[in-house]
Formats: sequence, C-alpha cells, structure tokens
Amino acid sequence: MTRPDPPDMSRFTCPAPLADYPHVVLGHGGGGILSRDLIEHVFLPAFTNPLLDRLGDSTVVDLTADLAAGGRLVLSTDSYVVRPLFFPGGSIGDLAVNGTVNDLAMSGGRPRYLTAAFIIEEGLPIETLGDVVTRVGRAAAVAGVQIVTGDTKVVERGHGDGVYITTAGVGIVPPGVRLGPDAVRPGDVVIASGTLGDHGMAIMSVREGLAFEAEIMSDSAPLHGLVAAMLAACPTIRLLRDPTRGGVATSLGEIAVATNLGIEIDEPSLPIRPVVAAACELLGLDPLQVANEGKLLAIVPEASAAAVLAAMHGHEHGRDAVAIGRVVDRHPRRVVMRTAIGATRIVPMPLGEQLPRIC
Amino acid sequence: MCLAVPGRVESIHDEQGTRMGRVNFGGVVKDVCLAYLPDLDVGDYTIVHVDFAISKIDEASAHETLRTFAELGLLDEGLAELRGEATDGGPTP
Amino acid sequence: MKHLAEYRDGDTARRLAAEIGRIVTRPWALMEVCGGQTHSIIRNGVDQLLPPEVELIHGPGCPVCVTPLETIDRALAIAARPGVIFCSFGDMLRVPGSRDNLFAVKARGADVRVVYSPLDAIALAKAHPDREVVFLAIGFETTAPANAMAVKLARQHGLANFSMLVSHVLVPPAIEAIMRSPGNRVSAFLAAGHVCSVMGTWQYPPLAERFRVPIVVTGFEPLDLLEGIRRTVAQLEAGRHEVENAYARVVTERGNEAAQRVIAEVFAPVDRAWRGIGVIPDSGWRLADAYRDFDAEIRFAVGDVTAVESPLCHSGEVLKGTLKPNQCPAFGRECTPRTPLGATMVSSEGACAAYYHAGRFVEPAIAGATHDAS
Repeated sequence: MTRPDPPDMSRFTCPAPLADYPHVVLGHGGGGILSRDLIEHVFLPAFTNPLLDRLGDSTVVDLTADLAAGGRLVLSTDSYVVRPLFFPGGSIGDLAVNGTVNDLAMSGGRPRYLTAAFIIEEGLPIETLGDVVTRVGRAAAVAGVQIVTGDTKVVERGHGDGVYITTAGVGIVPPGVRLGPDAVRPGDVVIASGTLGDHGMAIMSVREGLAFEAEIMSDSAPLHGLVAAMLAACPTIRLLRDPTRGGVATSLGEIAVATNLGIEIDEPSLPIRPVVAAACELLGLDPLQVANEGKLLAIVPEASAAAVLAAMHGHEHGRDAVAIGRVVDRHPRRVVMRTAIGATRIVPMPLGEQLPRIC
Repeated sequence: MCLAVPGRVESIHDEQGTRMGRVNFGGVVKDVCLAYLPDLDVGDYTIVHVDFAISKIDEASAHETLRTFAELGLLDEGLAELRGEATDGGPTP
Repeated sequence: MKHLAEYRDGDTARRLAAEIGRIVTRPWALMEVCGGQTHSIIRNGVDQLLPPEVELIHGPGCPVCVTPLETIDRALAIAARPGVIFCSFGDMLRVPGSRDNLFAVKARGADVRVVYSPLDAIALAKAHPDREVVFLAIGFETTAPANAMAVKLARQHGLANFSMLVSHVLVPPAIEAIMRSPGNRVSAFLAAGHVCSVMGTWQYPPLAERFRVPIVVTGFEPLDLLEGIRRTVAQLEAGRHEVENAYARVVTERGNEAAQRVIAEVFAPVDRAWRGIGVIPDSGWRLADAYRDFDAEIRFAVGDVTAVESPLCHSGEVLKGTLKPNQCPAFGRECTPRTPLGATMVSSEGACAAYYHAGRFVEPAIAGATHDAS
C-alpha cells in the first residue's frame, strides 16, 4: 500500500490568520509571515491593482507616452499624523490620498501613482487599521490613482498615535502648463475655490468637544479635476496653492514673499460658513489661519478671472469659488486685509499651533 | 479680558446639582453653566465666558442701540438733501 | 451670529466715526482698559477710522500680561512636579517666566494641559483621583465667577486633589493707579464691558468724580467701541465726567449679584504686583481663608522664587500707556512673538502682539488707510 501524497501546502492561505490577532503586534511589522498576512488580508483587498498585486520590492510604471508627448514628471510626498484618526467628513486615510494628490495638482499635475507607507502603533485594533486602509483605497479610487507600492512598520505601544501614513505621488504636468510665482503680476486676481476653515474646525471641534446643529465636516477632496477644468478655461493661470496647515494666511504670505509683491484681500468677500465662523469666534481662532484640505487658492490674470470662476462653478469642488482679493505692487511681501469696517490690517502668518484663547 | 460670546439657550438641565444649559452660538452648541443666571430661560440670549453664562442679553436694549445707529447721520443726510446737496437733485429751498 | 454680526456693519461704523469727527474740537487721549477691546480695535482697524484728535491709549487690561513674574515662575515649578496635571488657559503657555515658559516645560515632559474653562480642570480632577490637578486661575473680574465656582464644586464633590494658583486682578484699582501715575495723559476711560457685566457699574462713579474723568462702559464689537468712543468724546467736549453705559444690552448698574456673592465668598482682596507696573494695593483677589485648602501656593511649597525680568523689556510702560509698542527699542528686534521678552508680546490680547501682528512697526498705520477728519 502506497502512502497518499502529502497535501499541497504551497498555496495554502490560513483562512483566519488574523483571528488570533485582533490587535496589531510588533510581529506585523517584522517582514515575516505576520507582515505578509497583514498585507494580504488588510492592504491588498483595499488597494488591489495589477501593479501592486505583484508585491515586488518596487514597482515599475510606464509613463513613456506622456513624457514623449511633452509632459513633465511631478513628484510630491507628505506625512499624515492627524489626531483623531476619524473625524466628521473624513479620516487620516482620505487626507493621505487627497493631500498628496492635491500637492501634485497645485503644479498642474494629473496624479497617476501613489506610494503608501504605514507606521502602525502596537495595539491598534486590526479593525481600525482595516477601516483606515479601506478609506485610503476608496479615496484612491475616487481620485483615479493607483497605490502601487508601500511599506508597513510597527512601533511599540506609546509611540505613534495609532497610525501615521506617508504617501508619495507621481503625476504628469501636461505640456504647456507652467505655474509658479514668477508669472504673478500686480493686478492679478486671487480666487478661493470655496469655504475656508472647514477642515481645521472639524478637527478642533472634535478635540474641544463642540457639538453643532449642522455638523462641520472636513472638506478633504481631490482637486485635480477642478484644476484641469480651470486650466482648460485659462491656460495662463499664474499659480495654485492649497491652504492646508496654517490656512490661507500662510499660503498667501508665502506667495507674497515668493513673488516680492503685495496681496490685498477683502474681509467681507471671504467665503466662510457661518457655523465655522461661530466656532472660530468661540475658540478665539482666526479662520484665515485654519487648515483646509479640499480647497485651493488661484492667482489668475484679471482678464481671465470671470472665465476661471465660471469653470470652477461648473465643478463639484468649485461651486462656491469667489474672488477674494488681488495682487498689488504696494506693501511688497505683505498680505493686507480690508476689514469689514473699511480699515486695513496686515494678515500675519501664524506662529505655530493655534491655541484657543479666552481673553 | 474677556472673550465672551452671545448665544441662545436651547435647553436647561441639572448636572449633579448644578444648573446647566445647551447654548447655541450661531450653530455651535455647547454645554454652559447657568448657575449665575437662575432666571435665564430657554429662548433667552446670554453672554458666555469660559463656559459660564454671566449676563442675559436685554433684547429691547439691543434693538434700541441698533435703532440709534440706524438713525445716526440720517438727520444730517436729511438736511443735506434739503440744502440740495444730494446728487440726485433734491428739492432746493 | 446674532447679537454679534449686527455690530460689525461697515456703513454704520463709518457714520459713527464721522459723527466723532464732527463733534471733536481738540486732542483727547482715551484709554481702553480691556485687552479684548485692544485686540478688537487693532484687528478691525477701529482706530484708523477715528479723527486724528482722538488717541487711544492701550491699558493694562490683559490679565495674561500683568500676571506677576513670580506667579509664572511658581506655575512652572509646580508644573514640573511629577504627578501634577497642570491646567491653564491657552494664552498663558508661552508667557516667559524668568527662565522658561509652560510650553517648554510641557515639551520636556510635564503634563501641562490647555483648558478652555475651569470646569475642564474640575473634570480632570474627577477623572484622575490619583493625580494632583492644578489650575492657573488668572483673569480680571470677568473670569472670577467661573474660577470661584470651580473651587466650590471641588469642595462640593470632595475633590481633594484639586487646587488653584490664583492671580486675579481688578479694574478699578488699575484705573486709580493709572490716574495717579506721573506723566499720565489719560483723560477718559472706556470701561471693560464684560468685567462690568459681572461687577456692574456702581464702582465707577467715585473714580469719575475723584479724578474728573468720563468713564463709559463699552463693548467689544467695532460699533460698540465706536459708540463708546463717541459718548466719551461728547462728554470731554462738554466738560462732563460721568459714568455712562454704552453696553446696556449686557451691562446693568448692579451687575450679576449672584456672581458677586460667590466671588465674595471664595475670594478676598489682596495687594497684587502687576507685572511691569508694580504693586497696586488691594488690586487682586486671593482665595479666602475658608478656601485656602485649595490654594496651590500653600499646597505646593515651591519656596522663594527669585524672578528676573529682561532688562530690555518695556512691558510696564506699554501697559501703563506711556509707551506705544512700536516705540520700544526692542520691538520687532530682540522682541518678537517668536522670541518674546515680555508678556505683552505673547498674549493674544497684549498690545505688543497686537501691533506686531498688524504690522504696525511705525506710526502712522499701514499705507492705504486714510480717514477724513471732516
């Protein structure tokens, strides 16, 4: 009697490998079987695409056609360390995708591929990690980008706030698109794509335990579609910026310094949701210094402002776009605001973390 | 000295013996201690400082103030008009 | 927001300013006592709308700015103690002590928490019975009812692990000190609207009488400030010196009597050193004897604290109104919000910070801002 062949174990995937590990353990970052389990059962299902599924150490992507047509490569990277991980209107996962996508878009780039590196704190529930990763995958799908390579590390409990994500992105800037401070001229119009301060106040309100009649939602969104529509309406847009940390005040301040020109903005024209204004009032914060994650500032030639605004209004992420000011040759390197009562004051860049004040 | 903000009392409740209210500040709703305004009622407006209601807003007084502002300068504008200084060619005396 | 937005109307602001311009015939120097008013004036540019005859002198109305250096140093010593959860309003975090500030102490591992209200500190004390929770109770009279209630709640709920480091300051003695100060140029006061919402206006007639100064209780929004200034200038032009209430929708003559009763129960008057100014008699509140078991100064014997001020800092003169921030030699040079020498550059209500952030490096204000005196 011959003995039966041993079962073929080469393609065996334990049906419930993670059931033993409801929380992330250090081994999940060790590069061995636990890591593989995590990747196969948590990350791959969320990100799946032919390039990633090969699971090589690196991934080759082919952009020869775009480059041959005169396009240029654009790269960006960012780390996401937001706390809490989930907040009204978004999560660290959405920010991790949209933030990098938007950085590429600010150069006029169409985002193509992302990398995603996760630093996970020991003890994070697998379910939470799964939620975060699912959001990353969904955001990537909505943005039309593929996550083609990544990394996972686990750090000891107490070192990490749950999870940190770093994404890098590569995109193509179409031929003929050249954005930058050098193109900016006095007389150019400053446009904001929508309401300011939503993201920062959504986060602050969770931290400060504020409740709302109508919730303040983070505005995290991918803006490359909006940018493409704007460039189609006006190929000579001068400059784009996304006012994230530090808000509009920081972005405009940086532009003023980079262009060596002045910027004037009009307080009554600033698009701010009343409930966001009220929350800022309550916490003693300046809405111009509060972060946005789905908005952009555009500097456009005066003659094209109307066309650009019309194109923005036709796009889901630009419905509330409005001109908020202009570039001037006065007070170079400074941003000045005309206040509601017709006086003027300088808009400073915030020093650091905004602290709610009482008096 | 004092970042105090106006809000509307939406509801009142007791928290371990302390009178508290849910106050709506332009859409932001917060729990506020009402211990210092025992007569404050739902629907009233109040000034709140560091989560304590310290004064009830007198709506009549507020209207009065706004009315004086609205009238400010109207007398002068009226006189200017009478003197024919208005650009739309008001009546000349 | 209702009861806020209406008082920011640009048109009305200009008409109020024009009215002030119409009645003023000679230069007057007015002092707004409250840091919140200073902040609003600078932030909205209210002073840019005023005729040149009307000068606003910024008073010592920023409790963060006037908290004695010794108190800051004590706070730092207590915060550094293991096991302590040190709670403070956000403004206080970067105020420089002799060598340090709370932000730096926090960065080195101390448990320093920014709270929005003393109730937050009480909640922390309840949640952490094994830790000493200390609250830095600064402020003018406006904040006293809240701080007093915190102590009462601590007693009521048996929170033996709660204590307060108290440094309350009072407005009327400050007005007196300013009027008695040699070189004083102030002819009238805009009294602090929210302080008066608590304390009423009954303390001010004797001051108006003794020093022959108009005292007009004023709010914080641009229209409230302009109306307060208008009424003050009207009094000055007419040679009157009375107490007027230009914030009647919030302030009454008697104030909040329930709050005043609790304050009288929990606090007792004390001579207080005002940073940059010096000791003003009976100008502060400490915890009353019945509540001294909650006094962090007693509970944490931090010993003698030798406070050392920067010799370059002219906060005191700025607080007294004898120096404008941009007249200080260190302004914008050694002293910036990033490297503050004194509290007035740190606090969001401090005059130096207000000037710096508004870009007021030289007088007059920003190019492009004009007003017609006619």
